[in-house]
Amino acid sequence: MSASNLERVLKGGNFAVTSECGPPRGADPEAVRKKGGYLKGYVDAVNVTDNQTSVVRMSSIGASVLLKQMGFDPIMQMVCRDRNRIALQSDLLGASALGLNNVLCLSGDHQKFGDHPTAKNVFDIDSMQLIKTIKGLRDDGRFLGGEEVKGGKPDMFIGCAENPFADPFEIRAMRLAKKAACGAQFVQTQCIFNVPKFEKWMEMVRDLGVHEKVYILAGVTPCKSIGMARYMQKSVPGMDVPEDLITRLKGVPKEGVADEGIKIAIETVQQVRAIKGVAGVHLMAIEWEEKVAELVQGAGLYPRP
Amino acid sequence: MIVANRKPFEEIVEMLKPYSKILLLGCNECVTVCAAGGAKEVAVLASELRMHREKEGSPLEIVEHTPERNCDPEYVDSLAPVIGDAQAILSMACGCGIQFVGEKYRDKRVLPAVNTSFYGVTEEQGMWAERCQGCGNCILDKTLGVCPVARCAKSLFNGPCGGSHGGKCEVSDETPCGWQLIVDRYKELNMLDKYMEIQPLKDWSTSRDGGPRKRVREDLKS
Repeated sequence: MSASNLERVLKGGNFAVTSECGPPRGADPEAVRKKGGYLKGYVDAVNVTDNQTSVVRMSSIGASVLLKQMGFDPIMQMVCRDRNRIALQSDLLGASALGLNNVLCLSGDHQKFGDHPTAKNVFDIDSMQLIKTIKGLRDDGRFLGGEEVKGGKPDMFIGCAENPFADPFEIRAMRLAKKAACGAQFVQTQCIFNVPKFEKWMEMVRDLGVHEKVYILAGVTPCKSIGMARYMQKSVPGMDVPEDLITRLKGVPKEGVADEGIKIAIETVQQVRAIKGVAGVHLMAIEWEEKVAELVQGAGLYPRP
Repeated sequence: MIVANRKPFEEIVEMLKPYSKILLLGCNECVTVCAAGGAKEVAVLASELRMHREKEGSPLEIVEHTPERNCDPEYVDSLAPVIGDAQAILSMACGCGIQFVGEKYRDKRVLPAVNTSFYGVTEEQGMWAERCQGCGNCILDKTLGVCPVARCAKSLFNGPCGGSHGGKCEVSDETPCGWQLIVDRYKELNMLDKYMEIQPLKDWSTSRDGGPRKRVREDLKS
C-alpha cells in the first residue's frame, strides 16, 4: 500500500470523496491555497488538473505540492499531450520525491481547445500505456527503457478516468477493464447527469468484474446556472446533459437556480451511492469550490474518515 | 498519394516580387491527382499571375512546364533546357519535388506554390483525406485496416478518448473518430474481443523522430 490517504480510505471500506482544484493562470501560490481552503476537511483527496482544456496554468506538480503543504492528499493529474515518455517518467520521480502519492493518467484534451491551438502535441504514449509505465516504475523498479530505477521507486496510487457517456458506448466498460489490466487502481468518471445511462454502464462494468479490480468514483458536478448546463449539453464533447435537468432548473425562480443545482447534485450523489460497485464520488464543482462543503454535508458524507 | 493544397495567391505574389521571369513547374503525379499542381493548375496559376503583374505594371514572364515526376533524377536532370534563363522556379510539386529540383539547380531558388499536407486518398470527387503518416512501423493488421496514428487526433493506441461522440472526433464534427472506425471494423468482423489486447508503447524511431529516413536496396544500386 502506498502512502496515499485515498488508498487508505478506499481500502478501509469507506465511501470516498474527492474533489478538484484547477491551478491558477499565474504563479501566485495564494490562488491555490484559497481554493484549497474551501475543501479542507471535506475531501479525502483532491485532484489537481494538468493544463485542463489545454489552457496554460500552473503545473499540476507545483500546485499539488502547495496543497500537500496544506495537509491535503493531492491526486496529480498527468496528461500525455505535452510530455514524452522521458519527461513523464522524470516528473513521476520528482512528484514522488516531493511527497505526492496519487496520479491520474489521462490522454489530455486536444490543444485545439486551448489558448495555444498552434502548438505541437506529443502523445508519445497513451493513457493506458502511462498507467503501465507507472506500475512498472513502482512495482518492477524498471524504466520503460529497461534500466533499473536507482534508490527509491515512486510510491503511487494509480488512477484513471472513464467517460461512460462517450461513444462508442459498447466498449466503454471494456476500456475500463483494459485500464484495470494495465494497473489502474481507481477510476474517476466524467460528470454524471444521466444516471440511468451510468447505471447501464455500471452493469456492463460489473458483468466484466471490473468493479472488483478498481475503485469506481462517480463524477458529480453541480450546475451553477441554466447557461452552464446548456453549455455542457451543447458544447462539451462526450457530455450527456438530459433536457429534463435543464427543465428542472428552469422551473425554479432565477435566484433559486444555484440552490437547485446543488440539490440535484446531492440527489445524484445519493443515487450513484446506491449503485453496486460505486466506491466513492468525485465532486467537480467547476469554479465553484466554495460549494463542495455544502455538497458533502448535504449528501451525509461529513465528517471524513 | 501525397496531397497538397495551393498556397494563398497573395503569398505567392509576395514571393515572386523580385523576379521578372520564372519557370512555373507542375508535376504529373500525386499533385495532379489531387488537383493541386498538375498541368491544369499550372496553367490557371500562370494566367492569374500574368494578369496580376500586368495590372501592377511589372509584367512577369512565365514558362510553364509539368514533367512526369519531380522526385526522380531521370526527370529532374532533363529540366536544364526548360529552366534556361528563368530567375527562379516556382514549383507546384510536393515538398519532395521542390527540394529535389533545388538540390540539382543550385544557382536558382525554388519557391513553393503549394503546402504539402498529407498522404491520403480521394474520398469523393474533389475531396481528399488523410490515411497514413508514414511512421515506418505498420500496425494495420492489429487495428483492422484503420490507422490510429493518422486517424486519431491524439494517435491513441488503446481506444478512443472521452471526446468521441456520435462517430465524430472531439477536434471537429467534420472528422470521423478513428477509434469509432476501428471499433466498427471489430464489430463487422465479429472480433470485438480483440479490442482487449493492450497495445505496447510504439517504437517511434522508425518515424520522423529517428531523424531523416533512407531506404537502400543494394541489389538495385548501380
